[in-house]
Amino acid sequence: MSEDPSTLARTPLHALHLELGAKMVPFAGYQMPVQYPAGVLAEHNHTRCAAGLFDVSHMGQAVITGADRVAAVEALVPGDIQALQPGRIRYTQLTDQQGGILDDLMVTNAGDHLFLVVNAACKAADIAHLKAGTAGRAEVAELTDRALLALQGPAAEAVMSRLAPEAAGMGFMSFRPLVVAGIPCLVSRSGYTGEDGYEISVPGGQAEVLARRLLEEAEVRPVGLGARDSLRLEAGLCLYGSDIDRGTTPVEAALTWSISKRRRAEGGFPGAAVIQRQLAEGPSRLRVGLKPVDKAPARAHTPITDTQGRPVGEVTSGGFGPSVNGPVAMGYVDAALARTGTPVMLVVRGTARPAHVADLPFVPHRYRKA
Amino acid sequence: MSKTYFTSEHEWIDVEGEIGTVGITDYAQHALGDVVFVELPALGKTVAKGTETAVVESVKAASEVFSPASGEIVATNDAIVSQPGLVNEACESTAWFFKLRLSNPAELNGLMDRPAYEDFVKGLE
Repeated sequence: MSEDPSTLARTPLHALHLELGAKMVPFAGYQMPVQYPAGVLAEHNHTRCAAGLFDVSHMGQAVITGADRVAAVEALVPGDIQALQPGRIRYTQLTDQQGGILDDLMVTNAGDHLFLVVNAACKAADIAHLKAGTAGRAEVAELTDRALLALQGPAAEAVMSRLAPEAAGMGFMSFRPLVVAGIPCLVSRSGYTGEDGYEISVPGGQAEVLARRLLEEAEVRPVGLGARDSLRLEAGLCLYGSDIDRGTTPVEAALTWSISKRRRAEGGFPGAAVIQRQLAEGPSRLRVGLKPVDKAPARAHTPITDTQGRPVGEVTSGGFGPSVNGPVAMGYVDAALARTGTPVMLVVRGTARPAHVADLPFVPHRYRKA
Repeated sequence: MSKTYFTSEHEWIDVEGEIGTVGITDYAQHALGDVVFVELPALGKTVAKGTETAVVESVKAASEVFSPASGEIVATNDAIVSQPGLVNEACESTAWFFKLRLSNPAELNGLMDRPAYEDFVKGLE
C-alpha cells in the first residue's frame, strides 16, 4: 500500500483533524490521525474516564437487501443472523473454506435490510466477496458517502442524551436510526475500547458539523488511532491483520462465543468442517492474554516459549497498557499452555523474559447492560 | 568544559575529558511520544560506536538508542528506568541514558555539532 500522502484517501473529518493538531499517518489507504497534541496516554486515559471521539470513517459500511438476505449472509459467516432481532447487532467473521478469517465485522438487523461495518483494509475485498457470495439471493451496496464516528467512554451516554435523548435507553449492541443534533444518523451502542459508547454513521457531508458539535461538550476530546489500539488491546479485542487473519480460525482466536449452538450444529458457512472439528476436538493452539512479569513491553511477533525454551507461539499484539500501567499482550500458544496462569517466556530482543497466560480482557468491559 | 555532539539517529553525547554522557534529543522524544519503558546497558559493558545500547519505548513503538561512540559503560541513569516519563520532560539534561569511558575519542569528529544538528532536523520537517 502506498504511503505517499497524495495517493491516500481522506475522511470527511480531514480538515478538522489538521485544525485540531493531529499527527496524520497512513493507515489502510487513508490519512488518519494517530494522535492529537494531548498524546496517546492522555487520550487513552480520557476515554476511560470521560469520552473520546474517534474518526473511524475509513471503515467500510454496507447494506444488504433482498428477501433472502439472512440466509445469503449466513452462507458466508458463522454468526447467527437468523436469531438477530430487529435493532440488534452481532459480531461475526467472514470465513474461507479452511475456516480462516477473511475479516471480522458487525452485522445489524436494521429491519428491512442488514447493515454491515467492516475493516478498512479489507473493505474492497469484503464487498466483492459479499456480492459474489450472495449473488442472486441478495443485493449488496457499499455506503461510500457516509462517515463513522465513535464516541466512547463512561460519559458517552450523558453526552449523546443531550443531542439525541433516545440514545440513553439503547442497550449494548442495539441499533437505532436517530436524529443527532438535527442530523439523521444510524446509531449503534457498540465500540472497540471496552467502554460503553456509540458508533454513529452520519452522512459524509454532515460529519464535520456533528463532530464539532460533539467536541463542544465538556467531556469530549478527540482521540487518535494510537489510543484506539491501546484501548482495544486492554479490552482483549482482536485487530484484524495482527491477531486474526486467514491463517487463524474463530476457534483458535477464542471467538467461539460468537458462534451460536445452532450454527455450530448445522454448519453451512465456509470452513464449517474445519471449525466443527476444532470445536469437537479442541484447537491445537489458542489466542490468549499474556502478562509480562517485568516492565518490558512485548510487541507483535515476539516469540513465545515454554519455561524450557521450546517455541510455543508468537505475540500478535502487545505494548504498554496505560490503564493497567504495565505491559500487556496477546498471542497464540499451544493449547496445552493456554490455561490462565501458565508460565511462559517472551523473547524480547533476544532475552527470554517471564510472563504468564492471563485472562482477557486486561481491563474489565464496562458495556451498558443490554 | 564539555562539548556536545549529535547523531543522525537523534542521540546526543556530551563529552568532558574521557567521559561521554549519552541521551536522546528533544526531536526524538517528541517523535516517540509518551515514554513508558527504558532498558539500559549493564555497567562495565563495552560497546562499539553505532551499536544498539539502550531501548526506549513509547505507547506506540520500541526504538533503539545507538551509542554515538565506542567505550565502556561506566554509569546508567536508573531514574529513567523507574520513571520513564522523565525522558519526555528532560531528555537533554537530567534524563540522560548512560555514561561511557571513550575508547576512541577521534570517532566524535564524524558527529554533528548543535547548529549542524538543528539544520539536519529542519531538513526532516
